[in-house]
Amino acid sequence: MNVTIVDYQSGNISSVINSFTEVAKGKVNLEVTSNINKIKSCDKIVLPGQGSFKSCIESLNRISGLVDTLKDFAIINKKPLLGICVGLQMFADTGYEEAETRGLGWIPGKVSKIDNQNGKFKLPHIGWNEIEIQKESKIFKNIKNKSHMYFVHSYEFIPEDKSVISATTDYSSKIVCSVERDNLFGTQFHPEKSDKIGLKLIDNFLRL
Amino acid sequence: MLKNRIIPCLDVKDGRVVKGINFVELKDAGDPVEQAKIYSDGGADEICFLDITASNENRGTIIDIVRKTAKECFVPLTVGGGVRTIQNITDLLLAGADKVSINTAAVKNVDFVEEASKKFGSQCIVVAIDAKKVSENKWEVFTHGGRNKTGIDAVDFAKKIEENGAGEILLTSMDKDGTKSGYDVDLLKTITNSTNIPVIASGGVGTLDHLYDGIVKGGASAVLAASIFHYGEYKIKDAKEYLNSKNVSVRL
Repeated sequence: MNVTIVDYQSGNISSVINSFTEVAKGKVNLEVTSNINKIKSCDKIVLPGQGSFKSCIESLNRISGLVDTLKDFAIINKKPLLGICVGLQMFADTGYEEAETRGLGWIPGKVSKIDNQNGKFKLPHIGWNEIEIQKESKIFKNIKNKSHMYFVHSYEFIPEDKSVISATTDYSSKIVCSVERDNLFGTQFHPEKSDKIGLKLIDNFLRL
Repeated sequence: MLKNRIIPCLDVKDGRVVKGINFVELKDAGDPVEQAKIYSDGGADEICFLDITASNENRGTIIDIVRKTAKECFVPLTVGGGVRTIQNITDLLLAGADKVSINTAAVKNVDFVEEASKKFGSQCIVVAIDAKKVSENKWEVFTHGGRNKTGIDAVDFAKKIEENGAGEILLTSMDKDGTKSGYDVDLLKTITNSTNIPVIASGGVGTLDHLYDGIVKGGASAVLAASIFHYGEYKIKDAKEYLNSKNVSVRL
């Protein structure tokens, strides 16, 4: 199996590469690339994302043909794609970080700043928080409800169709932290930084 | 709910772990990669490396340590010490660090924090503030391991770097560091109350109760400690179980 981590200059993806390399050892061919042909022909895609919604979208758009290729892969052909952090957020129609920015529009919804309730909640939401599983998801196989995952973000994805939500986490409100629709997966938390449970989630994705 | 983090800090000099007692007398506590792995396996919520290598020719050593550690530890890794340029940050992140901690360079030029957080995102920019008490409820920022006075008020500086996009503050009390007499709780309280970003408490931990004070009395989101973990006095697990027994929520 060939899995591609999309390298579109979205910031620091070393940890994503390290964790996937650890889990993929001897089982899966892992490629880190922005080459459209390689992306088209692979079996699974990992779409990381760090920095702001706006800067990530701009970086995606800078690579000619990338957005269409990803859409064909994940939405038209329904092949497995995992978005991590801003990688997930970009599934939305619109993001509001820095400036109003059009997202990929794969899952209707928006990405807004977490309500800090007048300073009661510090932002970014940094650290380990429990996930509350809302529906069965293939990437949660053998992962217990209330497992701890590592978060670092100030914005949250609010999908219109709540049935895509596979897990939430409690910070100021019930924040959407995982989505699944067909073969489209996204996590707001960082499985690559979430110790053994995070590696388990990566393993589940690679085994799909 | 969000858990309070426990962060062991490894001071690294020329490729080896040391811990300064008031930044002067240094003892060797072993290999950093090995130590980091032990902490990560033991349940550390993050790992912090502070590079205190003085000479420029040995600066590459920390990159190598980060690279090796990042292949074995799958919890967040913060690296500080000598981070002065965008290139320094790029090198550390490419080696596998998740966050960098900026100290002197932020004090010298607060715009550097803004430049770095715009380029890499706030999530990976920690600003380390070394503060010393100068009068009642007044603390000043110091640099160079507490040797250089800057005349900058710690509260003003904390607010400024928050404005400039820092994701977290790593707050060390220079009066307490190395004393094992507990965090400067008043300093912590003052900074956590005047900012809206997470604060990591540092400097002075000698007992598990001090960790409790940092979180509950000081309002810190995370507690950093070095020597109590290095010399085997306590394991990360002991600290977590203790805090849990006192109703402080931690990741067990």
